[in-house]
Amino acid sequence: MSVHTSPETETVTRVLGEAASRHFGGPVTIERLSRQSGGASRQTWSFDAIVNGTRQPLILRRDPPAQGKTERERAVAIDRATEFRVVRAAHDAGVRAPEPLFELTPQDGLGEAYVMRRVGGIAIARKLLRDAPYEAARGKIAGQLGEILARIHATDPATLPPLPRREAADHIAGLRRSLDALGRPQPVFELALSWLDRRKPAPLDRPVLVHGDYRTGNYLVDETGVTTILDWELAHLGDPVEDLGWLCVKSWRFGAIDKPAGGFGSREELWAAYERAGGGRVDPARAHWWEVFGTVHWGIICLNQAWKHLSGSIKSMEHASIGRRAVETEVDLLQLLKQGA
Amino acid sequence: MAQDRPTAAELLAAIADFLREEATPALDRTEPRLGFQMRVAVNSLAILEREVRLGPAADAREHERLVRLLGRDAPLDELNRELARQLRSGERDETDAALMAHLEATIADKIAIANPKWR
Repeated sequence: MSVHTSPETETVTRVLGEAASRHFGGPVTIERLSRQSGGASRQTWSFDAIVNGTRQPLILRRDPPAQGKTERERAVAIDRATEFRVVRAAHDAGVRAPEPLFELTPQDGLGEAYVMRRVGGIAIARKLLRDAPYEAARGKIAGQLGEILARIHATDPATLPPLPRREAADHIAGLRRSLDALGRPQPVFELALSWLDRRKPAPLDRPVLVHGDYRTGNYLVDETGVTTILDWELAHLGDPVEDLGWLCVKSWRFGAIDKPAGGFGSREELWAAYERAGGGRVDPARAHWWEVFGTVHWGIICLNQAWKHLSGSIKSMEHASIGRRAVETEVDLLQLLKQGA
Repeated sequence: MAQDRPTAAELLAAIADFLREEATPALDRTEPRLGFQMRVAVNSLAILEREVRLGPAADAREHERLVRLLGRDAPLDELNRELARQLRSGERDETDAALMAHLEATIADKIAIANPKWR
């Protein structure tokens, strides 16, 4: 296999080498650096740092200096420095989150960035749901997700950096603003948002750490089950049931539609594990509300992904095509609203 | 003036078939990342093929229903704007059976084009 090095890869290698040497207090060699995923704006790189002859598998999370973020992303996503502190707090509280190691400085010139330990496992739903090595894990995932979520919600707020607080009403207002900015009439989303508005749960006296994007595709699994929870950039303070509802949105079942808990189990299984691990008692009506909310939310995210391409902020066929997935959530919403509650 | 055959739908289907059956396997062997992108492209072409075939009649049905529901005639986009406004303001809600029948029919036509396998 040939190794392609771009000027960007060379720069990142050099800067990581310097920053890692500062952190580990000695010479460090960077090997096997490769871009993992993400768009232009929020990048993940995988690499190994050789420290005193020991190979350390690491991850770089990086936002290059301002490019490609939509208004909405700027409005809802936390910056990398805040994410670093949230993941640190969750990790220290015993959550299966990656261990954050060190931040890069503005002088390093890579934009907002930090380095964390790389954990084994895969996130690809299609493989997790169907491939043989995950046979045993499949039966455990729904319960593990409930258990881990209870721990996330139990994170001591005093250990967290300042985070935005988002209650049901803020979320609804945010999505209506999104629809207005997109400029096309969306009757089904309007219907669902009004339904949600009339039934919204009261704000909590004590909001908790909400992961904000707790779903299949955003955690790693190996043969033993869930190894780590990823993608903390939408973390905020709010209603814990928000995470439970989002995990059950049909789009994260990847075809396993009879298993609402991320494609791996029933809602009741998820809630029971959550309650056993110390999470609060789950009110099914409240969970249904957040599942409806999550479904509209994902639908509008689809439209926004397409808008990134249409507005010219990034040129991407993949983003453009996601716009045509919004209707999947319209189908789901009409079904969910018929179930009442 | 009508174009000669293939029709737009036939030509789109031919392109999608070629890309799916011949180009994608070759890309998977040499450039897996592009192989994935190609699947996205093929899927989008299939949407266009269905849209060319089914879209005009679906739009006409939607327009006809909206005229009946709202009691006035205007371009499709304008009627949808009015409906969206009524739904946000709460003038109509899910207890309106005629509204729900219209939305069910509209979304059934939309998903038949965008992703007929979705359930």
